[in-house]
Amino acid sequence: MRAAWLVIGTMTAVGCGGGGEQAASGGGESATQATLAPLGTGTISGMVMFTGTAPANPAIDMREEPHCAAMYGGQPTDPVVVVKDGHLANVFVRVTGGLPAGPYPRPAAAPKVDQVGCLYHPRVLGVMTGQALTIANSDSLLHNIKAVPTTNRGFNVSQPRAGMTREHVFNQAEIMVPLECNVHGWMKAYVGVVDHPYFAVSSESGTFSIGGLPPGTYQLEAWHERFGTKTGEVTIGADGKGTVSFTYAATS
Amino acid sequence: MNRGSALRGTRFGRLAWRRGGVMLLVLAGSAMLPTPERLAAQDLTRGKAVYDRWCAGCHGETGAGDGEAMTYMLPRPRDFTRAVYQVRTTATGGLPTDADLMRVVDEGMPGTTMPGWRTRLSEPERRDVVAYIKSFSRFFEGETPTPLEFGKAPRVTAEGLAEGERWYRELECFKCHGDAGRGDGSSAPTLTDDWDQPIRAADLTRAWNFNGGASVEQVYRRLQTGLDGTPMPSFSDAVEGEILTAEQLWRVAQWVHSLSPERPAVREVIRAPRLEGAIPAGPGDSAWAAIPPAWVPLVGQIVIKPRWFAPRVDGLWVRAAHDGQTLAVLIAWSDPSRSPDAAWQEWIERVAGALTDADGPVPTTQGPDRLHVQFPLRPPEGLERPYFLGGDPRRPTYQWQWTSVPDAVQEGRGTGLGAFTAVPTTAVRHAAEFGDGEWRVQFTRSLLTADTAAAPAFPVGEAVPMAFYAADGSDGEDERRGAVSAWYAIYLDVPTPPRVYVAPVLAVLVTAGLGGLVVVRAQRRARST
Repeated sequence: MRAAWLVIGTMTAVGCGGGGEQAASGGGESATQATLAPLGTGTISGMVMFTGTAPANPAIDMREEPHCAAMYGGQPTDPVVVVKDGHLANVFVRVTGGLPAGPYPRPAAAPKVDQVGCLYHPRVLGVMTGQALTIANSDSLLHNIKAVPTTNRGFNVSQPRAGMTREHVFNQAEIMVPLECNVHGWMKAYVGVVDHPYFAVSSESGTFSIGGLPPGTYQLEAWHERFGTKTGEVTIGADGKGTVSFTYAATS
Repeated sequence: MNRGSALRGTRFGRLAWRRGGVMLLVLAGSAMLPTPERLAAQDLTRGKAVYDRWCAGCHGETGAGDGEAMTYMLPRPRDFTRAVYQVRTTATGGLPTDADLMRVVDEGMPGTTMPGWRTRLSEPERRDVVAYIKSFSRFFEGETPTPLEFGKAPRVTAEGLAEGERWYRELECFKCHGDAGRGDGSSAPTLTDDWDQPIRAADLTRAWNFNGGASVEQVYRRLQTGLDGTPMPSFSDAVEGEILTAEQLWRVAQWVHSLSPERPAVREVIRAPRLEGAIPAGPGDSAWAAIPPAWVPLVGQIVIKPRWFAPRVDGLWVRAAHDGQTLAVLIAWSDPSRSPDAAWQEWIERVAGALTDADGPVPTTQGPDRLHVQFPLRPPEGLERPYFLGGDPRRPTYQWQWTSVPDAVQEGRGTGLGAFTAVPTTAVRHAAEFGDGEWRVQFTRSLLTADTAAAPAFPVGEAVPMAFYAADGSDGEDERRGAVSAWYAIYLDVPTPPRVYVAPVLAVLVTAGLGGLVVVRAQRRARST
């Protein structure tokens, strides 16, 4: 297996365009990557707006799972489109151009997706290649977690008890890796796998922030599971600040 | 050098060593000379030739599972470009070993349209095609997958089976596979594979359809590895996380194995024993338990358009009995839905989307479940029987056509598939029960009828041809898209005639009498001399 990791790791390194030997560590813990200093102190502050009337989210029939259904006041719905005051949540934004050469430090936050009330929390998240994603089950019932990537290898594991966790490492950048549960066909999550740490997910108020960057001009791409991708550009000035916004419309 | 020393131990080796040791070394050396790349290139050229000829029609020229026949099949042919394989000895997400791939090529995928190739292709051809299949995905480059260690099954015990059943429920296997294992769990109608195509939860009472094999060991491997590309997950985390022990997971495999008989032998004649008591009153009558069922395999109707290559019903369990006056036939089969069933609406829509073949659109509204039983309308002359698909105008069939909605049986005359004219005889009665993913339908009819031109008599002591048709309305099936059997026969046992019991007694008495006569005469003769 070690040989396998090395091969995948090497491919990752090539895929990064010489992104550095850090990425080549694959699944193994890399001390250098974890302790690398940030490339800069600048921050991209962003906002995702939404115009028009958001489509209604589909109702979920949770009658077979009273344990989960009980967690919702009324009829549970699948939060495909989360819009609040004209702001769109769950948009995955990442830097696609303008980055200085790596190696890049690993994000400070350890990514984790939890299964609560027969939904994934969060629904959209990012991980860096080689970084361990934790998948946890807080429901006291059976979930299976199936990752259905195309560039990475997938998996399909069961978590029949609350408290179970699994760590998984994706070695290739991929936008996005879907997670799904087949016991509960409505359950969907999306993991953005990026070969650097400059990504974020818009909050319920539509905001996101990508830090640790030096001044410069960066290309960005935003992704939403229903409304697709949009590109943008932002410049971080000498003051270390850059702002950008994306606007999705109900008709798009 | 090693090769040489190993050979030296044998007689042939000693000889070879003495006479041509040097030459042998040269040969051995040259056999190792070609680089792996060169060997692989040869394999790939030959493998491609085999693949293009035998595999591409379904799996597509580029291995993307998109061959011409794709939209006739469910599950669809494997897409090799993603290197996601169901039947492996490696962990979930892992690549299959060459032996894993070879096994599927050799044995095929039971329950799907993938046949086994062991008898059709030579061993080198199969090996080459495996090499070629791997070349469709970059994931195999430089990889040597390592199989998992599976250990050994504990001895089967009654307690062990009970524990297996307990864990089947604890692990919520029933969510997909159903309480009785017939693939009718609450999540079953929602299941899709990695290519968003509908996929059926395995019917655990039909182990001969298990993709990865029917043995306890094979079932255990599927529990450990999962069936990648399908909703079936690996339970290895549950063992590693000490939710249950490996032995308990073996118990689940043993219990699952116990749900299915061995692949039943197919006999052409269905025997209807003559009962002394009353014939069974309905499908739930305990009297049926004493009568062994006959297995009648069904296959997709692929003769008349619209053809159907993905039938839901793969066979029927048929029991029959009579009492000299009345014939009762009990037919049971797995069907996860009592059609129409709202829970299966999204399923039928997915099936219609997957099987968009040239034979016409698959219905997206659910019809009833169907079971048709047919006999020749007129006693066959010699071996001639009506056309097996519902009969033909020259040799019509006498049919019982049962539907789930309305729950009714129609009697009538068939002259072909879908060509059926109901007749207002009321000779046949029926009772249908549905539960745990199984239909049990009993037909009852008097042996003799008033109008033999419309409903022929069932003679005792003669084999009467009998054939079947079944359809699952929630699976897009109807009067033509469904599963058919070949002709079988039903034989109503003759009542044991009284002479069978009387004749031996008479023979004994006569023999004894004659013997006595001989003795008496001999004594008389002795006295008189």
